[in-house]
Amino acid sequence: MSVTIRIPTTLRTLTGGESQVQVDGATVGDALSALDSAHPGFRDRLFDDDGSLRRFVNVFLADDDVRYLDGVDTAVPDGETISIIPAVAGG
Amino acid sequence: MANFRELLNAAKSEIREVDPAEAERMVASGAVLLDVREADEFEQGAVPGSVFLPRGHLESQVEGKVADKSVPVVAMCAGGVRSAFAARTLQELGYSDVVSMVGGFNRWKDEGREWRVPEVLTPEQRNRYQRHLLLPEVGEEGQQKLLGAKVLLLGAGGLGSPAALYLAAAGVGTIGIVDMDVVDESNLQRQILHNLDRIGERKVDSAKKTLTALNPDVNVLTFDVRLDASNITDIISQFDIVVDGADNFPVRYMLNDASVKLGIPVVHGSIFRFEGQVTVFDPRNGPTYRDMLPEPPPPELAPSCSEAGVLGVLPGIVGSIQAIETIKLILGFGSSLVGRYLTFDSQDMEFREFKLRKDPENQITWENRDRIQVVPLEDHCMPAPLAAPA
Repeated sequence: MSVTIRIPTTLRTLTGGESQVQVDGATVGDALSALDSAHPGFRDRLFDDDGSLRRFVNVFLADDDVRYLDGVDTAVPDGETISIIPAVAGG
Repeated sequence: MANFRELLNAAKSEIREVDPAEAERMVASGAVLLDVREADEFEQGAVPGSVFLPRGHLESQVEGKVADKSVPVVAMCAGGVRSAFAARTLQELGYSDVVSMVGGFNRWKDEGREWRVPEVLTPEQRNRYQRHLLLPEVGEEGQQKLLGAKVLLLGAGGLGSPAALYLAAAGVGTIGIVDMDVVDESNLQRQILHNLDRIGERKVDSAKKTLTALNPDVNVLTFDVRLDASNITDIISQFDIVVDGADNFPVRYMLNDASVKLGIPVVHGSIFRFEGQVTVFDPRNGPTYRDMLPEPPPPELAPSCSEAGVLGVLPGIVGSIQAIETIKLILGFGSSLVGRYLTFDSQDMEFREFKLRKDPENQITWENRDRIQVVPLEDHCMPAPLAAPA
């Protein structure tokens, strides 16, 4: 499955400035692992030591929060977009 | 050539008339009460909730005021004559269910039905807010709501500046500002409430000067304090809505806990470098900050704007969206950002929208409001445990 992952400004240092990355993956977890393989550093930012998504990172499949789907096991339809939305607090 | 009596009889023969008791029942089940008297009559007494449109403007403006022509309309004047002619005109315009109220407002009032002296705008206000008054979604009644509204801005900084300016310009009658900083030259790149003459001044005082100079209708209340667990409840309980333009996570979480306990909507905005996020947390009707973000990132993963920079115009966009959402909440039109997480990327110039949901694990909810404890939060911002049920 080809998936587009949208990278927020805060994490674009890991992608050499790219705002989106194409990867293959059948699930959200697979796609994010593929992202980390292509651009090392994402795993630490996105996952806890036990492999679950960190609670301060929101990952959306299309416009749905994957926490309310099947988390990292959520199946990704071909061509769908995953968005990583970091917590920011500036005002 | 017909005389007045014949004209009136002709009009009445084409319409249906109801007495005030029947009119009141119709209005209670959703009919529009259309008051076609003149402004000087309306100002001396009117029925709450009625739509005011003098008969001279009926044909030209009614479609803006009552857009749905299938909604039942009760036309009312002072005695039942003008409303009969108005009802016929409305039928000619395609309104399908129109009646005229016999006896008019005078009989309504004599029979002891509810009425009041409406608050009216001064001639200066009518001029100032003319562009609002032209919008059916605002109008005179809406403008009065804005003038009666109380909005608290958390922060007179990047987000608070545009939000405060637009809310003051819109005529929000009471604007509170919490900020304990002084104006610094490095603020002026984005904090447009302040200027060179204000450097070194308390931000709340500078903000008050700017807003009062813009619109003397606005009563600006200043809170030159650090918001903490001991004062937040007292401060925010004086307001209808809070606009969150804070610059750190602990204050945002504390605001969440206090606003959920009190049931006060929070219009959230946050910015970082080139990106912004906006949503509305209405604790009684939707997800809140802790649903969106169960815990904050560790400080090393969340540098502040003072460390990482921010494009100066960015808070102008995000804070202005917060002002729009605030006005929509006050007036009740449109679809609010409740449950909708709007993100803005100024580099790619893209807005995106995501769904927010209530987190079943979050205990800081409206239902638990009596047991929420607003306490100082540690770095991890976890809420205090719920108090034991009373």
